[in-house]
Amino acid sequence: MINAVGREIPEKIGNYVVKPYAGPREAIEAEQPVCSRRKPSKRAAAENKLMPDLKSAIQACGLKDGMTISFHHSFREGDKIIVQVLSCIKELGIKGLRFAPSAVVNIKNPSIVDFVKDGTINRIQASGICGELGDAVVDGLELSEPVILRPHGARPHAIETGDLSIDVAFIGASAADDFGNCTGQIGPNACGSLGYSFIDSTNAENVVVITDNIVPFPCVPTSISQMYVDYVVKVDEIGDPKKIGAGATRMTKNPRDLLIAQRCADIMAASRLFKDGYSFQTGAGAIPVACTNYLADYTEQAGIQASFALGGMTGAIVEMHKRGLLRSMLCSQSFDAVAARAIAEYPNIVEIDNSMYANMFNKSCALDKLNFGVLGALEVDTDFNINILTGSSGEMMGGLGGGPDVADGADISIVTLPIIRGRIPSVVDKVFTCCTPGSSVAVVVTEAGIALNPKHKNYEMLKEDLDAAGIKTVSIEYLRDMAYSLTGVPKPVETTDKITCIVEYRDGTVIDVIRQIKRD
Amino acid sequence: MEIKQAAIVGTLESSDIQISLLPNPGKGLEIQLQSVVKVQYGDAIVATITEVLESFGITDAIVDAADRGALDWVIRARMQAACCRATGTKFNWKGEDQ
Repeated sequence: MINAVGREIPEKIGNYVVKPYAGPREAIEAEQPVCSRRKPSKRAAAENKLMPDLKSAIQACGLKDGMTISFHHSFREGDKIIVQVLSCIKELGIKGLRFAPSAVVNIKNPSIVDFVKDGTINRIQASGICGELGDAVVDGLELSEPVILRPHGARPHAIETGDLSIDVAFIGASAADDFGNCTGQIGPNACGSLGYSFIDSTNAENVVVITDNIVPFPCVPTSISQMYVDYVVKVDEIGDPKKIGAGATRMTKNPRDLLIAQRCADIMAASRLFKDGYSFQTGAGAIPVACTNYLADYTEQAGIQASFALGGMTGAIVEMHKRGLLRSMLCSQSFDAVAARAIAEYPNIVEIDNSMYANMFNKSCALDKLNFGVLGALEVDTDFNINILTGSSGEMMGGLGGGPDVADGADISIVTLPIIRGRIPSVVDKVFTCCTPGSSVAVVVTEAGIALNPKHKNYEMLKEDLDAAGIKTVSIEYLRDMAYSLTGVPKPVETTDKITCIVEYRDGTVIDVIRQIKRD
Repeated sequence: MEIKQAAIVGTLESSDIQISLLPNPGKGLEIQLQSVVKVQYGDAIVATITEVLESFGITDAIVDAADRGALDWVIRARMQAACCRATGTKFNWKGEDQ
């Protein structure tokens, strides 16, 4: 069948029954109450909760073949927890697990691929599978079902509907007490917000907190409460602070990125929504950080204050708060060390549940109030569809993150990208993988021009505001032609019929699939 | 035109191409290409290389190209330089105006 973004998708993929993406919609009434595996059970004394090592905790949880385990990815590439846990599981001879972290970051030596090859893991669900694992998956790595990729907002929903039912959640924390109160805000390996793990802590059957920093009871601040935690384990090292994020993300000097960032800030400042109390999400990366700095200057010049910044935080956003240009920060993730530590220092910088941030099936989520959302992309096509997963050779290059959620939730969603990267065009006829429907994208900003989406709900308003500010726009076709004139038209990547990944949209429908790349 | 000496042009920097042009007397054209964009542009790169060889009248050569995502103009220019060096000729700057 063909879904609402024109993608050919089978009705069933193995045991997975496809609900095709059917276009934008409001959240609907659910028939069932929220699913949780949490049991009312008392772990009597502190000694019973603090386990001597990982193996004892895994055994105490009763982990068996075929069960589902989860992790958060807030330690990013500095994560040392996932490999330690998987190595213990492997030593215990437990096989065929479903691995369901919030995202897979590029973990090496050993990589997740090694745990798939030895049979420890045979199914994977995450928001993205960057690095060695992703490359192996699109090349046909043997798993018992396709990888399910979900944006941040869809994961909590899948957990609450029972589609993703977690047996054991392993939650890394940079500080914890012996009763399991824990946080990522303090300690040598601080990663900041633990927002992804809140849903795991309340809905998994077993919750294990892993730390290298046991603090005296009670752990203050506490992000995840002892009332959800079964066991606490102290290990030697939970992460590498250098890779978790050292210092603030720096301002780029790349003139192309600065130009795109400046144009993006120009658009926000030209909008009628840019007034006292406006809200924004900029995200991580060179362009977003530069864009935040430009936005801060515009805010100061206008003599106004933003009400909140949302989602993943950087030092640049903290700086804006310190300058009095931003009243509050709702952090579901901290992208650098400055942002990670700031939560504990400033009362208006708060850690939020990832579900509160992006889950459209909540009674409300913070994205419902967002004015401006700045997004990165690997590719955009002439229907404004966005690819944030796969490179043009079909290789796995990114994760969904909250991109599809933000595009849909924000009044004005702004996609920033250069029109070419090396010889690869980024504005194309048809994206290789559709992750975010074009209908939710308001504007595409490149070094070669700004294209407004005439089909976006706020097109008329934005067009009027940009015209009034004298900001020129071009058509998306113009940008594509410009890109192709530099690179030539790429030959499409050939795939086999085997589906390696199912890409879900924020409402749990299937927006696209990724098929195995055909190699010579 | 005959290749008198081996020529190496270009670098392995991103967005450049390194090309080695070697003699191959009586054996025609042999083109080996490594490229980070081989899937999308492999055929286009080989076509450009062949076209430049033809414009120099080179019928026998071994071309070993390592592409790092160079744009077509870069590939063409590198290839022209390789042909000039290998054949010991000067580039015909008037050629493109004719």
